[in-house]
Formats: sequence, structure tokens, C-alpha cells
Amino acid sequence: MAEKLLEIKNLTTEFKQDKGTVTAVHNVSFDINKGEILGLVGESGCGKSVTSLSIMRLLIDTPGKITGGEVILDGKNINDVPEREMRQIRGKKMAMIFQEPMTSLNPCMRIDKQIMEAILLHNNITKKEAYERAFQVLKSVGIPDPKNTLQSFPHQLSGGMSQRVMIAMAMSCEPELLIADEPTTALDVTIQAQILELMVKIKNENNMGILMITHDLGVVARMCSRVVVMYAGRVMEEASVEELFANPLHPYTKGLVASVPKLGSNVSSLPSIPGSVPDLSVMPKGCKFAPRCGYAMDICHEEEPELKLVKEGERRKCRCHLLNLNKEEEGNL
Amino acid sequence: MADLNHAAQEVLPKPKSKIKEFIRKFLKRKTAVISAGFIVLLVIAAILSPYIVPYNPDMADYNMLLQGPSASHWWGTDEFGRDVFSRLLVGARLSLSVALLSVIIGTAVGTVLGLFAGYYGGWLEALVMRGCDILFSFPDILLAIAVVAIIGPGVINVVIAVAVFTVPSFARIMRSATLTVKESLYVEVARSLGCKNNRILWIHIFPGTIQSMIVNFTMRIGTAILAAASLSFLGFGANVTEPDWGAMLSQGRNYLNTAPHIVLFPGILIFVTVLAFNLLGDGLRDTLDPKIK
Repeated sequence: MAEKLLEIKNLTTEFKQDKGTVTAVHNVSFDINKGEILGLVGESGCGKSVTSLSIMRLLIDTPGKITGGEVILDGKNINDVPEREMRQIRGKKMAMIFQEPMTSLNPCMRIDKQIMEAILLHNNITKKEAYERAFQVLKSVGIPDPKNTLQSFPHQLSGGMSQRVMIAMAMSCEPELLIADEPTTALDVTIQAQILELMVKIKNENNMGILMITHDLGVVARMCSRVVVMYAGRVMEEASVEELFANPLHPYTKGLVASVPKLGSNVSSLPSIPGSVPDLSVMPKGCKFAPRCGYAMDICHEEEPELKLVKEGERRKCRCHLLNLNKEEEGNL
Repeated sequence: MADLNHAAQEVLPKPKSKIKEFIRKFLKRKTAVISAGFIVLLVIAAILSPYIVPYNPDMADYNMLLQGPSASHWWGTDEFGRDVFSRLLVGARLSLSVALLSVIIGTAVGTVLGLFAGYYGGWLEALVMRGCDILFSFPDILLAIAVVAIIGPGVINVVIAVAVFTVPSFARIMRSATLTVKESLYVEVARSLGCKNNRILWIHIFPGTIQSMIVNFTMRIGTAILAAASLSFLGFGANVTEPDWGAMLSQGRNYLNTAPHIVLFPGILIFVTVLAFNLLGDGLRDTLDPKIK
């Protein structure tokens, strides 16, 4: 049995607005094992990024606040540790890579300074040793000419190179958890493949856990072992990647999977999910997906379903009334 | 692994020196270059003034009272027969150093206030920005006079007075620059790596704001020269016997009818110097603005 690295229990994050509070992340729970890649998928605005920022506790500059739940890293709840201790955890135990590599690097600093910064913050070593280490991590992320790259400014690097540097920075202190917030969205496909390959390679070398936030199901299929599907700040379904694609349970997941073009299928237009994500401040009463759901029943508009284990003893969860219906049918038969 | 490296064989563009690029762009702006040349010349002249002046600026010559410009006294003599050109040259020292010092002090204070206000926000921001609003509500020179009236006349106090009205404009500029840079992804990255607030503020945010500061700094020197001269003219600044631009104007205005050159030359010099600083500031702004090619 793999060791649990990160466990999130009932995480709730609210944003204060003029008109009142908005719940961006509602009772989200999932966990990541060591050496596992967990995919977190969902439409834009469904709370994926807020979840990741909540885990890192990086909501300082936003009106957002974690109002409930636990984030347990390595058996320790880091949700209530003081900020000073949190700084030791950030970068050292868990690191993050962001969506836009071109703006993730400080344009006024040379690459060496930026990578060494993280190394020097968390390790008691000399500058020379830190430089040596920066050189090594750059080499390990496949940068062909680390020496020159260390001397350059971010504007001299391409998007793919910048993302490699970002990964090198995140990896420089060998964190146990890497949160990748859409790491390949801003890159073109060939570079995407390289970066993903690199992440798998690093994961295998260090046995770290990766939380892969993305809206690209292709990336999920390629990288992840398990997937959490989020919608409107809630976990809708959790499944292994094979099950998710072969047999999606939630209508929303079905819609997502159906909207991916399949090789060899000859359709003139791809199916899509009608409507858009509800405004977080005016949520529908029952199931948040009900207004867009093709299978919606009366109960769906009245009562929000709970996230339930599909079968006892399996790590597969789904939040849908249809599930109960199916079970009852099975029971009747 | 091997093919991974191979795939990443992107050639780095040749590092282009930003300074070279800057100089190349700056040299295209003729007015700014001329202004910069004038300022450099003035500064050198001010520094070397005790050695290059044709006459001792404090030496009275009662045979040459209120003489107009001539071959022996280029810009004429004043009511004590002192050489106006020599006095102006030596006075440049005082005027320029007062302006520079006051702007440096004002910039330093304003920068720190603006950075903190922009970064931490909340009550600190409210306090600093409302304080600046209050200072802004007075005309610059009135504020300076008020400060000097409180702390008394003298060169050091003029520096303080000019610094005081320099603070709010820098605080405002720095606050808005900080707000912009603070939102950058790289600041969030720095935080995600475990950087402290102080480090983020000075290492990551401050360098990004310098650009917007440089232009204002140059422009403010011009304003400061004018303000210092005005204060001296009004009798709040340097001792009237000292060779100070403003004080010379003040003394010379008594002889406006008989010897207009005594006020004309200091006036022109102040005008040209302030203009040069402003044009240099304009040039720098255009050069530093990436939108203008």
C-alpha cells in the first residue's frame, strides 16, 4: 500500500465580496500518495486553482480565506501552522509551478540568482555550493547549456525553457509534493510533451507526489493515475484514470469525456455541455450541475447529492442522485 | 533521456545588453541628449568652479559697480562690482547640491512609504495615501514656505522643505508601481518558494519599480531647483551674501531699471537648467517606455 503524502479533508475556501461571501471551494476532500500523479480537472472557474492556492496557503493577496477543513501533509495538519513555519514548508516540502512560464520568472534577475534564492532559503549552504546545485538541477531538467542559461535573463529564454527553469526551481529543494497548475497550457504541443515527460521522469526519480491541475483530458490520460473532477467548487467524481475514461459515472464527467475527439471517429461536430459554470454567488439550490444536466430529475433541483463511495472498499466516489437510483434498481432486480 | 536533451536543443538568443540598447535609443532623442550635455557641463563647472572662475566671486570692485556685460566681465557686475558670471558659477554648486540632496531625501522617504503602502495595504496604505493627499492639497511652494516658516530659514532647512513636498509624489508613484508589480506571477512564485515579505519587497518588487521612479526623479530636480531658488528669493534660504541663484535674483531686483543684467543672467540660468532637467526627464521617459520605439 502506497504511503499517503497529502490528505485534504473538507477544505472550504471563501471569498469575501461586497455582496457577501462566495464559496469557491466547498468541502473538497482528496488525497495523494507518494509517487502518484493525481489529476484535478474541471472547467475554468470551478475552483481548481483556488484549491491549489489554499493548499499552499497563498491566498494572502486575495480576499480569499480558508474557512474550514484540513490539509494534512506528511501526517501534519498545515492549515493552522504559523506563517513562519509555513514559509519553511513552501518550497522545501511542497513547491508549485504555474501556468505561464514567461511571467513566472522575475525579469530583473538572472536565472542563477532566482534558482539559488530558493536553495539558499531552505538550505544552510554557501553560495558556491548553491550555484553548483543550481547548475545540477538545470542539467537534470534537460537544459542543454546550463552555464549560459544561468547567466541569462528570463527574456532571453523561450516558453519551454522558462518552464524547465521553473521546474528546476521548484525541484531545487527536492519537495515531496509538486503542485502543477496547468503547467503546459501556455506551451505548444511538442514542448508540452517534453515537459510532461520531464515531470514523469523527475517524479520517478524522487518518488514525489504531483497534483496536476489541468483542463486538458489528454494530459490527464497520459500522466495521472487517479483523477478528481471538480465542478463549481465541489468534487463531482473521483476515479482511477482507466475507470474515468471507460465508465464515467457523473453526467458532467460523461460530458467532459464525450467532448474529447476520438481518433478514427468521424463526427462533424463534437458534443459539448450546454450552458456555462454557474456564478458562484448565485448557485442553484440543488445539484450545482442540474441546470446543465441532461439527466436531471426533480430531486436534482431540490436537494444537493452527497459525495458517496460508489462501491464499498473502492476509491471511487461520485456525487449524483442517479447513482442512488441505479443502486435501488439493482436492489429491486 | 538522450532524446529529451536533444529535443531541448534550443539555441539561446545572443544576450543583448540592455544598457547598450538603452544608450542607442537615448542617443536618438536630440533634445534629451543636448539637455544631458548641458547638465553634465553645468555639474562639471559647478564642481570645478573655485578653480576656473575668472574673478573671486566675493571680491568687491568699487570701480566696476553695476557694469553691463563686457569683455572683462562677460555677464556684467552687481551692485558691489562682483562678477556675475563667477558668482553664478559658484552658486551652481549650492543650488545644484540643495536640489539634488532634497530630491534624494524626498525620493528615499517617498519610495519607502509608497512601497510599504502598496505592498501591505490596509490601514498603513490609508494613512500614507491620505497623508499624501493632504500634502498634495497645498501648492508646492506654499508648502515649502510653511515648512521653512516652522523650522526657520537656512540652507539645510530649505533642503528639508523641498524634500517634504517631493515625498508625496514619489509615494504615489511607488504605490501604484508596487501594486502593479505585486500582482505579477513571479512575486507569487517567490512566495511559493518560501520568501519572506521583506525579501519579496526589496528583491522582487523594488527593482521592478525603479523604472517609473527614474523619470520622476529627473523631473523633480528641476522643480527642486526652482523651489530652492524661490525660497532664497523670498529670503528663506541661503544668506543673501552667499552666491546663490535665488538670492542673486532677490538682490538684483532692486536694480532692475538701471542694471537688468543682474537678474537677467541668473534668471536665464535657472530657466535653462530647469528646462534641461525636464527635457531630460521627458527623453528618459520616452526611452524607457517599451511602447515607444
